[in-house]
Amino acid sequence: MTRRSAIIWLTLLAVAIVLPWLFYDFAHHRPAGFVISMLSQMGMMIILALSYNMLLGQAGLFSLCHATFFGFGGYSTIHFLNAAGAGELPVPTELMPLLAGLSGLGLAIVFGAMATKQRATAFAMITLGIGELVATAALMFHHFFGGEGGVSTDRMIDQSLFGLSYASGIQVYYLIVGWTFVAALLMWLQTMTPLGRMANACRDNFERAQFMGYDPRIVRFLQFCLAGFFAGIGGGLYAITYEIVTFDAVAAPLSANALLMAYIGGNMVFVGPVLGAVLITLLQSGVSLMSNSWLIYVGVLFIAMVTFAPAGITGIIMAHGPVWRAGRLSRLILPYLRLVVPGIATVAGFVGMVELLSFLTIGAAAGKHLVLFGSPIDANTAAPWAIAIVLLVVGTVWLRFEARYFARVWESVAGSVEARA
Amino acid sequence: MTGMPAIRLADVRKNFGATEIIRGVSLDVAGGERHAIIGPNGAGKTTLFNLISGRFPITAGSIELRGQRIDALPPQRINRLGLSRSFQITSIFPRLTVFENLRCALLWSRGYRYSFWHLLPRARALNEATEALLRDLNLAERHDLPAGLLSYAEQRALEIGMTVAGGASVILLDEPTAGMSHSETEYAVALIRRVTEGKTLLMVEHDMRVVFDLADTITVLVYGRVIASGPPSAIRADRAVQEAYLGAMAA
Ligand SMILES: Nc1ncnc2c1ncn2[C@@H]1O[C@H](COP(=O)(O)OP(=O)(O)O)[C@@H](O)[C@H]1O
Ligand SMILES: [Mg+2]
Repeated sequence: MTRRSAIIWLTLLAVAIVLPWLFYDFAHHRPAGFVISMLSQMGMMIILALSYNMLLGQAGLFSLCHATFFGFGGYSTIHFLNAAGAGELPVPTELMPLLAGLSGLGLAIVFGAMATKQRATAFAMITLGIGELVATAALMFHHFFGGEGGVSTDRMIDQSLFGLSYASGIQVYYLIVGWTFVAALLMWLQTMTPLGRMANACRDNFERAQFMGYDPRIVRFLQFCLAGFFAGIGGGLYAITYEIVTFDAVAAPLSANALLMAYIGGNMVFVGPVLGAVLITLLQSGVSLMSNSWLIYVGVLFIAMVTFAPAGITGIIMAHGPVWRAGRLSRLILPYLRLVVPGIATVAGFVGMVELLSFLTIGAAAGKHLVLFGSPIDANTAAPWAIAIVLLVVGTVWLRFEARYFARVWESVAGSVEARA
Repeated sequence: MTGMPAIRLADVRKNFGATEIIRGVSLDVAGGERHAIIGPNGAGKTTLFNLISGRFPITAGSIELRGQRIDALPPQRINRLGLSRSFQITSIFPRLTVFENLRCALLWSRGYRYSFWHLLPRARALNEATEALLRDLNLAERHDLPAGLLSYAEQRALEIGMTVAGGASVILLDEPTAGMSHSETEYAVALIRRVTEGKTLLMVEHDMRVVFDLADTITVLVYGRVIASGPPSAIRADRAVQEAYLGAMAA
């Protein structure tokens, strides 16, 4: 590891350690509970997204069942904790995520053997089947999965390497920080191993890999197993945090979330999924408080990314690298500024429409009052609808116009940068 | 072991559907020999390479590598036995850097296999060997460029480099100089000569100057059959070859 990357890793670790204390709850003399639970969630989602990207970004494998291994790690951990609580399993809480990872690995070996015989679309189809299979099993087989109610535990098993009880959220948070750090670091190092590199190679051109001595199926299989291992660790942390694991932890929406996070953050750069996980968790925790429609916004964001920025947020940032190094970034300031107003208008118009519609169908019935952008609004009058529609239409048309201007400037700047190189 | 050919094809046949593309090819390539296969487009030269390297199964006949049957083995197994091929249509890893492309090609032969416990940045000998090969290919300046962004001639050089990187003793090159300018071809020929020193080389080539310059033995394939095989002087003098092929080229 180079000195520079060591500094980055340690800085991130320090930020994660300090962050909850920046949101101090003076009334209760501890970091705000809301922030701790959001940051804890972020940790698990970072592991989920990074391990998913071992498949999507690094191996070009479009898996639709990644939650299967996350959830299975979670279910297993509930049983491990129960066994430990009953004095039958002398494993400290700190090592439970490792057992969870091994559970995920075990299941990934079984399902990976089926799925990784194929690649591309056939692989995606098989993983879709696996995901549905396990989700169905979770509702059917009560002994292990507990049916609809799921399985629950008490994480205070009184077995700790550091004498911790894990009664408080902050202790659990630091357990999550530790494991997220270790898991992320291992996944990062894995990208530099022969297997990690050959996964990239098989993604780009699996056939050529064969003529260099490698069996692409084995590359896919091992990569799949390792991804399942790390996903399992994430699931273990989930079980320890919530002390209950239900159907949701193995179901398709969570697999879709893994995909969303990796894709929106950017699957071509290692940190992309981390960014995606942070962003989606923020949206989930923040926007979901303000609006019932937050999933619609995430969905639209996803479609917009796929359409306009397939390399994700990190891809957008990376694209500016050469321009920045050539000292031409200032030429993009004006085009960016010109996107701001129509951009805000479009978003405001769209949000207004969605909120008005959702209020009429759900909110009004529940006797709520609609508050949009800080002001109370009567959804039964024409004015808010008219404003939203005008904002949306005018904003979109104007945005398209400005986007064309932006594209022209971008081409000329990027072109001149390339010519210099 | 003298006398055992590096590659031996015995009555190899290949059908695609109902059409027979390779129609009973028997061919010996002696160890250390530079052997060129020539023939008109569509004769089945690339198909023959695909059969030898395990890309497609053969329909009938047998293929041996140093006396060992390889015609039922998958490509990776044949490669591990010391046979490596290049592709007529460049086949590289476009999103990996030039350096990574070459290093991947070295991995298996250096014993790294599917390891996820070795860190490549620390694999000193491997990295040095990759750098040396990179310099040999005259691609050192392209070290960190995604291979997909190389010029055509550079990609062809990389293709050859990836083929020889693993140290295979039998090298199959499929039209390595196709589409190159005169000077690029000269450079490529020198490169091929250098990197296949002491190895068995089987190559498909259209450029007759290259063929007569490089090859010890020439085999002429027409319509899925060998119509002549021998040293360059004999091939040049062969009436059937002149009629079927060389004459057509000159006309
Ligand atoms: N995978 C394939 N499926 C069907 N036909 C093929 C396939 N590969 C090659 N052929 C046919 O085999 C014949 C020989 O092709 P090829 O070996 O590429 O010729 P050459 O390399 O001598 O120009 C051509 O008619 C081609 O269309
Ligand atoms: Mg050909």
